[in-house]
Amino acid sequence: MSFLSVEEVSRSFGGVRAVSGFRLDIGEGELVALIGPNGAGKTTVFNLITGVYRPDAGAILFRGKSLVGVPPHRIVDQGIARTFQNIRLFRDLTVLDNVRAAQFGRTPTTVWGALLRTPGCRRDERRVVDSSRAFLAALGLEGEAGTLARNLPYGRQRRLEIARALATRPALLLLDEPAAGMNPAEVEEMMELILRLRKEFSLTVLLIEHQMRMVMGAAERIVVLEFGETIAEGTPEEIRTNPTVVAAYLGGEVT
Amino acid sequence: MRFYLQQALNALQVGSVYALIALGYTMVYGILTMINFAHGDVFMVSSYVAFFVATALIGSHLALPPAVVFAATLLSSMFATALLAVAIERVAYRPLRRAPRMSLVITSLGIGLLLENLAIAFRPVGPAPRMLPALIPSTTIVVGGVAFSALQVVTIIVSAAAMLGLDALVRHTRVGIAMRAISWDSALVPLMGVPVDRIVSMTFAIGAAVAAVGGTLYGMTYTIDPYMGIRIGWWAFISAVVGGIGNIRGAMLGGFLLGAVEIFTPVFLHSSTYRDMVAFSLLLVLLVFRPTGILGSPAAQKV
Amino acid sequence: MARRIPLPVWLAVGLVLALVLPETGWLSPYILLVITYVGINMILAVSLNLVNGYMGEFSVGHAGFMAIGAYTASVLTVWVFPRDASPVLFPLALLAGGAVAAVAGLGLAFPSFRTRGDHLAIVTLAFLMIVKSVLENMPSLGGPRGFMGMDKLTTLGWVFASVTGSVWLARNLVHSRWGRGVLSIREDETAAGLVGVDTRRVKVVVFTVSAFLAGIAGGLFAHAIQFINPRSFTLLKSTDMLVMVYLGGIGSLGGSLLGATVYTLVLEGLRPGLQSLGIAQEWRLVFAPLLLILLMLKRPLGILGFREFRFLVPRDEREKPGRQAERKTP
Repeated sequence: MSFLSVEEVSRSFGGVRAVSGFRLDIGEGELVALIGPNGAGKTTVFNLITGVYRPDAGAILFRGKSLVGVPPHRIVDQGIARTFQNIRLFRDLTVLDNVRAAQFGRTPTTVWGALLRTPGCRRDERRVVDSSRAFLAALGLEGEAGTLARNLPYGRQRRLEIARALATRPALLLLDEPAAGMNPAEVEEMMELILRLRKEFSLTVLLIEHQMRMVMGAAERIVVLEFGETIAEGTPEEIRTNPTVVAAYLGGEVT
Repeated sequence: MRFYLQQALNALQVGSVYALIALGYTMVYGILTMINFAHGDVFMVSSYVAFFVATALIGSHLALPPAVVFAATLLSSMFATALLAVAIERVAYRPLRRAPRMSLVITSLGIGLLLENLAIAFRPVGPAPRMLPALIPSTTIVVGGVAFSALQVVTIIVSAAAMLGLDALVRHTRVGIAMRAISWDSALVPLMGVPVDRIVSMTFAIGAAVAAVGGTLYGMTYTIDPYMGIRIGWWAFISAVVGGIGNIRGAMLGGFLLGAVEIFTPVFLHSSTYRDMVAFSLLLVLLVFRPTGILGSPAAQKV
Repeated sequence: MARRIPLPVWLAVGLVLALVLPETGWLSPYILLVITYVGINMILAVSLNLVNGYMGEFSVGHAGFMAIGAYTASVLTVWVFPRDASPVLFPLALLAGGAVAAVAGLGLAFPSFRTRGDHLAIVTLAFLMIVKSVLENMPSLGGPRGFMGMDKLTTLGWVFASVTGSVWLARNLVHSRWGRGVLSIREDETAAGLVGVDTRRVKVVVFTVSAFLAGIAGGLFAHAIQFINPRSFTLLKSTDMLVMVYLGGIGSLGGSLLGATVYTLVLEGLRPGLQSLGIAQEWRLVFAPLLLILLMLKRPLGILGFREFRFLVPRDEREKPGRQAERKTP
């Protein structure tokens, strides 16, 4: 039994097939990259796994349990977290509160406990704040806890998104173009960060990325998507030399 | 049977007015995705304009024939109301076009209340209900046992003409095509050289003018008062939602449906006090289970 | 620096004042009524702020919750409770009014799962219209003529206790995981779900608590003026609440307290003001919508938008970098 298995999943929007017959198996602890040209359906795959969209056909199993039709927050509870291609932080909340909000599902405070601010509620809050600070520290954001998310520089916002995702205590982390718009030095830094976090929090990672440096340097396995279908799959070495992929996508980008 | 035919005719008359107002809600929604809560009160103002113009013309020494007075009343009400709507858009809505959408909704709610309360505080209007002078002779034609009053016939014909005219305008003129283009994609259209601000102003003007047709016809049939815009306005709004907000033909369909609800609720429930409950329950059920209305199409969520 | 006077001391002083002042006879019944209105409006503004300010949804139906609370509490004190015991049982009537309103709030939360923004505004409006229509069609409750016979049970003491309790509950909720869930829905509902916030449950909780508070305010209102009818709870009443919330500031309990106070006092102050200028009292009604429009155009976050008075933040939250830390009001 694999950790995450996506079986023959299809989804179309108004007659356009965004993903068709998509299969993906990820073992526990793997770091897999999903690549492909713009509009190939990569983000749709994330949206299907995290419950934003329901597949028209096919099955998605996480640790043997079906995710089809499960609401997004329950999928998070089961241990899947994600970041967004176009950063979607809670812009008008502080950095700390962004991470605190992500621990909703990991806090037992009942409505009554909250309304009466019982000792239990206060204890939960203390715990949440402490762990939130720990997550911020892991991403090097501890000094900006009181800053509004909207006022962070772009690269720090990307980090905060990862911190927020980690705060949900995931086993599987989906990263949607974490290095988009970064220069080579920043890409390098982001890559090391991902590899470190993966070890530190024992994560399985599925990564969408256009930056080939990062894909080739971090991924153990690569899946190539085009027009909603998988056209190739293999180790970075295999993908680098796969003629179909080179023709369809990589072009002259990899040297 | 005759009784029901008669009631159906009445429903058509009331429904015409609802449909005329619903068009204004739906056009503005189509182009700005904004619910213009003040539209019902703009309709109220149009009735008062008609009232003042008609009273002045009848009372003047010109001794104009009734048909001329009616036409003059109708046109001046349409013109004045269109102006009012354009002014409201300019002063209160346009500065908020890039603000959070709720700011627009709240503002339009405020404008509506402002119009009502201004009408009450303004001496020549005041809170007392009023009647338009009779502009249409009160003759009745009986066909197959169903009585058609001249007023009913005029209401239905004028409304139908206004609706057909609007439908043609939106489908075939440059302005109409620009309107539809904006409602299709408001980000892209300015790049193609469409003057968005002017088209938005036109939309408000046309919506208000059409409502003024309804306001004049309504004022000739029933008494008018500063709060009439609330009830009639809400019924018209429900019509727009029932038909699928943003959809012009849907608004007409919805108007006639709500006219039927108004006329037939007392027939079947033996009390007119349940009308609002029926209409708003209909709205509630529809919004929860089919928010896009009868003729609208659902939109997908983007991530 | 002088030592701060702790909050409980302030509250004790306030309660004593609320109990003693009416007995002294220094204040005219009119002034006492205005103070009562300020208190009731504070609760209403806090209630509406939870939904419209903190959660960023839009309700214009809160007058309906208020009506439900008012009628429930009045029926209890007039018909159910023994007359002489009513003053003692009054808080029970208030709580019952709040509870019945809360059930209605629970019902209204469900449409909010699927509709947002202006469409939800319509749903809440439809709810308000239906409440009014139902009340008008219930002859046993006086129908359109209204319901009367309540004793004047709304004393300043009960008003003070209700305001304190309401603000305390709202404050606690806002500073818990539920409160952060509410704010995350406001910011980005889809993203909130994708970081584990059970958005539906949060909405149910907020609508229920908010309706409960509005119901309490309704009970107080009914026993302050001793006469209610369906027309007391129209869209106009909801608009008053909107003005108070957006005047004082969205996402701020302090803002709601401030907004309710300023709005109530200005509206009352306009009475003698207009009279001395020889302007008809009808122009008073023009004030609220005009203020609402100007607020939206010039200062959409209100006076205290998303900022909070220190005493309205729980002690163990004060030292943390809160979200008001560096907010700039545009």
